[in-house]
Amino acid sequence: MLGTGLLQGLGVTAKNFVGSFHDPARLTTIEYPEVKTKLPEAYRNFPFLVTENATDPMGTLRCVACQICEKECPPQCIYIEKSKDKKPDATGKPQLFPAVFAIDTSVCMSCQICVEVCPFEAIKMDQVYEIATTDRFSALLLNREQLAKSNAYYHEIHPTEAAEVDARLAAERKAAEEKAAAAAAAKAAAAAAKASPVAKPPLTA
Amino acid sequence: MTLSGPLTFLLQLPLASAAGAADAFLERLPLVARDWVTSWLPEPWRWLVNSLLSIAVILSVFGLLFAYVTLAERKILGRIQNRPGPNRTPIPFTKLRFFGLAQPFADGVKSLTKEDVVPRGADHLLHFLAPVVLLAFSILTFAVIPYGRHLVPVELNAGVLYFFAAGAATELAVFMAGWASRNKYSLLAAMRALAQLISYELPLLLAWVPVVLVAGSLSTTEIVAAQAGWQFNVIPHWHVFTPWGAAGFAIFMIAALAESNRSPFDLPEAESELIAGHLTEYSGFKYALFFMAEYFGMIALSGMAITLFLGGWHAPSPYVEFIPSYVWFMGKLSALLLGFIWIRATFPRLRMDQLTRFAWKFLVPLALINLGNAAFWSLSFHWSGPFQILRWLISVLVVVGPFVLLGRKLSAGVAPRVYRYAV
Repeated sequence: MLGTGLLQGLGVTAKNFVGSFHDPARLTTIEYPEVKTKLPEAYRNFPFLVTENATDPMGTLRCVACQICEKECPPQCIYIEKSKDKKPDATGKPQLFPAVFAIDTSVCMSCQICVEVCPFEAIKMDQVYEIATTDRFSALLLNREQLAKSNAYYHEIHPTEAAEVDARLAAERKAAEEKAAAAAAAKAAAAAAKASPVAKPPLTA
Repeated sequence: MTLSGPLTFLLQLPLASAAGAADAFLERLPLVARDWVTSWLPEPWRWLVNSLLSIAVILSVFGLLFAYVTLAERKILGRIQNRPGPNRTPIPFTKLRFFGLAQPFADGVKSLTKEDVVPRGADHLLHFLAPVVLLAFSILTFAVIPYGRHLVPVELNAGVLYFFAAGAATELAVFMAGWASRNKYSLLAAMRALAQLISYELPLLLAWVPVVLVAGSLSTTEIVAAQAGWQFNVIPHWHVFTPWGAAGFAIFMIAALAESNRSPFDLPEAESELIAGHLTEYSGFKYALFFMAEYFGMIALSGMAITLFLGGWHAPSPYVEFIPSYVWFMGKLSALLLGFIWIRATFPRLRMDQLTRFAWKFLVPLALINLGNAAFWSLSFHWSGPFQILRWLISVLVVVGPFVLLGRKLSAGVAPRVYRYAV
């Protein structure tokens, strides 16, 4: 009969109205500034610099100021000045470090190319989205103190990727140590050989 | 005059239950309050201040009701679409939100601070006057509605006629807005709006004529008085509980939806299809005034529907008569407004041809048949015993039969609609 469809429709909307009060599956709104969604692990934007130790962020930056990211950055938002001297890095090896490392977030397009090219796992993608400011010049130009975040934070936002990176770094360091040990052993052996010319067979006529 | 006014309030309080419903303290509270205010004035001024007070109360009560109906509409629409609706507006300078109850005032401030753009070619005077005239006529209709037992602002013996005359005058303002904008789209939209409003004027008027026929009066107070009393103390003698009254109420509410430009008849200002129809060239507070007038029209038509069909301020049963009559009126009004919102949330908008066809081919014939039905009802007033059952049977048949037949004939080949590409 005419009008039954209208009544069915009214029933549907009434069911939605009532359901939105007691069925959390219906009312899916997350009231953003107070409540935040858990971001997916793959979510990424804006790079940050990884430090080994949160208590001394500037002393333990992984970055060695090789400037590859600066050269590769498509919108050229990275600016690096190398240090004049060398400082020991996390493994104790003396390295250059960035005296100035700045990223202009108003220019950065979150392309992740700096992360791809970095040979030292020193720059990684962050998960920030509340970086709006009222000052569009200096407040959007982040210096190395603002960019430096600990490895623990990296583990927090990208756990799988960070674990891989850590495993790789550990393997590299172990290989380097082994190589250094082997080299040292070889060197020591060579030095020992030079020091004791006993083994030399006597020349005979 | 002394300060005895407030003291007499307290003295009368215990007597409220003992006195009859008409004399109950709460029933007379608005009158007592008004008389207490005007008793401070010299005698010749009292009638004027009485009228001004009525106007002030109507404007403030229905202004606030408008504000909160907009909020309720947004919240209920939100809930129906499974989202919370506006809930963030805080009380100014605090962090107290109270479910967004300050939202209407924030909206008001927003529309007041917006730029008021007037097109260069527009007729400035008429462009300004259109929203004012529309609002003025909408507010005029509030004058004759009986809000309670003792609460009729103006007692006219042709109150219903006055109500619909003032309501019909708003169509002038709609065309005024379209023409004064000097925009061909506004003008065309105003024409379309007029076509709709005039099409639905007819079923609207034909729907209340049976009430006048049965009640024998054009006065709103007498129509309400004709619906007094109860059957077995539970079934009130409201017109909606008769076959012709139920049909008339349904036709009246459908026509009222169209007259107040509410969804699914909101073609004049179809915000998702047109820019804004005849409101295209309006901005800021003038635009808000149009919406105010729309909501006032909706509230007034609901109030008139209550007066004509839902027993006015009468309580549904003598057991709940201790609740004052104006509370019953406002309760019925809220229920009808909720219905308006519910319908808006449910039905998609009609096409222009469907709209006019529905009015002329369906509502007008049914309303005319309903007029005959009401004539039969009032002629068979003295039937009793088994004839009373016969009377109901005939009347129900005269409502249902044409509805089913006409519905079948009109929807033949059209409905139920098959959507070829829908899943």
